[in-house]
Amino acid sequence: MLPDYSLLITEKSGSMIHFKEGIKYEISNIPQTYLRGQGGLMGIALHPDFANNKRIYFTQSSSVDSDEEGGNTALFSATLSDDELTDVKLLYKALPNTRVGRHFGSRIVFDNEGYLYFSVGDRGRRDDNPQDLTRDGGKVYRLHDDGTIPSDNPFVETDGAVKAVFSYGHRNPQGMVRHPETGAIWTHEHGPLGGDEINIVRAGANYGWPKITYGKNYSGTTITKDTALPGMEQPLYYWIPSIAPSGMAFVSGEVYPEWEGSLLVGSLKFEYLERLVIENNKVIYREKVAEDIGRVRDVIMGMDGYIYLAVENKGVYKIVPKT
Amino acid sequence: MSRLIFTFIFPVFVFAQDIRQSESYANGQLVYEDFCMLCHMANGKGVPKAFPPLSNSDYLEDIKATINSIKYGLNGPIVVNGVKYNSVMAPMGLDDQEVADVTNFILNTWGNKSDKLITKQMVEKLTTKQ
Repeated sequence: MLPDYSLLITEKSGSMIHFKEGIKYEISNIPQTYLRGQGGLMGIALHPDFANNKRIYFTQSSSVDSDEEGGNTALFSATLSDDELTDVKLLYKALPNTRVGRHFGSRIVFDNEGYLYFSVGDRGRRDDNPQDLTRDGGKVYRLHDDGTIPSDNPFVETDGAVKAVFSYGHRNPQGMVRHPETGAIWTHEHGPLGGDEINIVRAGANYGWPKITYGKNYSGTTITKDTALPGMEQPLYYWIPSIAPSGMAFVSGEVYPEWEGSLLVGSLKFEYLERLVIENNKVIYREKVAEDIGRVRDVIMGMDGYIYLAVENKGVYKIVPKT
Repeated sequence: MSRLIFTFIFPVFVFAQDIRQSESYANGQLVYEDFCMLCHMANGKGVPKAFPPLSNSDYLEDIKATINSIKYGLNGPIVVNGVKYNSVMAPMGLDDQEVADVTNFILNTWGNKSDKLITKQMVEKLTTKQ
């Protein structure tokens, strides 16, 4: 959501829409999306100082920055000038390009210090990517707003490591949000069959995929017998069965006093919005909101104080309390 | 005076068992696991209300529609085994060989059987962008 309460919306197909006062405007000059499988135009975020600099950030599956066939997740920044992107910059491109069609990530969030975080899924190579710090994929990354690598990133001194990595051992994070009070970066990620997780990402931490998981292969066979190992983080919460979480927001503000502080998570699989009440980093209550609304791809807490849901093939919904 | 008319009946069909041993089927399984399984599930039964089954699905009787939907995706209501589904399957970006491979896999798994190996050429010929 922009400061004027209009919406910037990404479409999987690669287009970006500016929805203002009931009219959809197509944003031009979007870089070419590598459209395959789950790939598309994905995450979007505003620069913390957007009101002055008009910079936006977005992730898409892309073939750029490599001669290899296929694609991987790319992070761009650009200036939003009317309904055109100008000064488009590639800030990061995960490598290698691959024709594998799954697990691109990818969400973008700024923390209170101005660091930018974004996620890249394991790109369908769980045994190669998430646990290997020299490879992209299965990671949460941290950059400065201009794409440079912070000197205090956890692996800048590690030989051969991808210096932009902030945390690793992730499967496919498609939810990321800054906690409104603590400022911590929370993520959730799709597990395989079972074992979707909520995590609070910490510098250098290993979230275990696929060495530890509460999930199984889609065929029902075992991935690993381990759900915990030394040096690997336990999730704050895990879902069995998987809800296929997508989008993540904390409720704050004046509009929903009974939901204050709740965590909202979209469910692609069961087509509802989940509200979780969390106390002392434990989930103490869960409920379904907007049952059967459709595949909830994203949820945001808008600057206008309202909750907005993006639902696949339907559109964007606003939650308005009954008066 | 009688003319002998020879009628040759060639056994032109291939057993599903043979298709299952083809390279195309093996590649199709990989494509399925990467692109299709998340929604249509490992057992091909899909997800009630959301994603139609591929196992014993009457939709697959129309081979042209099947191939077309795999290549270009689907949008809008369809009826499968008497149940209406109204959703979107985004185009997966598969090339024609991959479309052929995954079609062979789908048509010969979970109790499905077909008598004809789908080829890349058939995909080229049968499909038209909607």
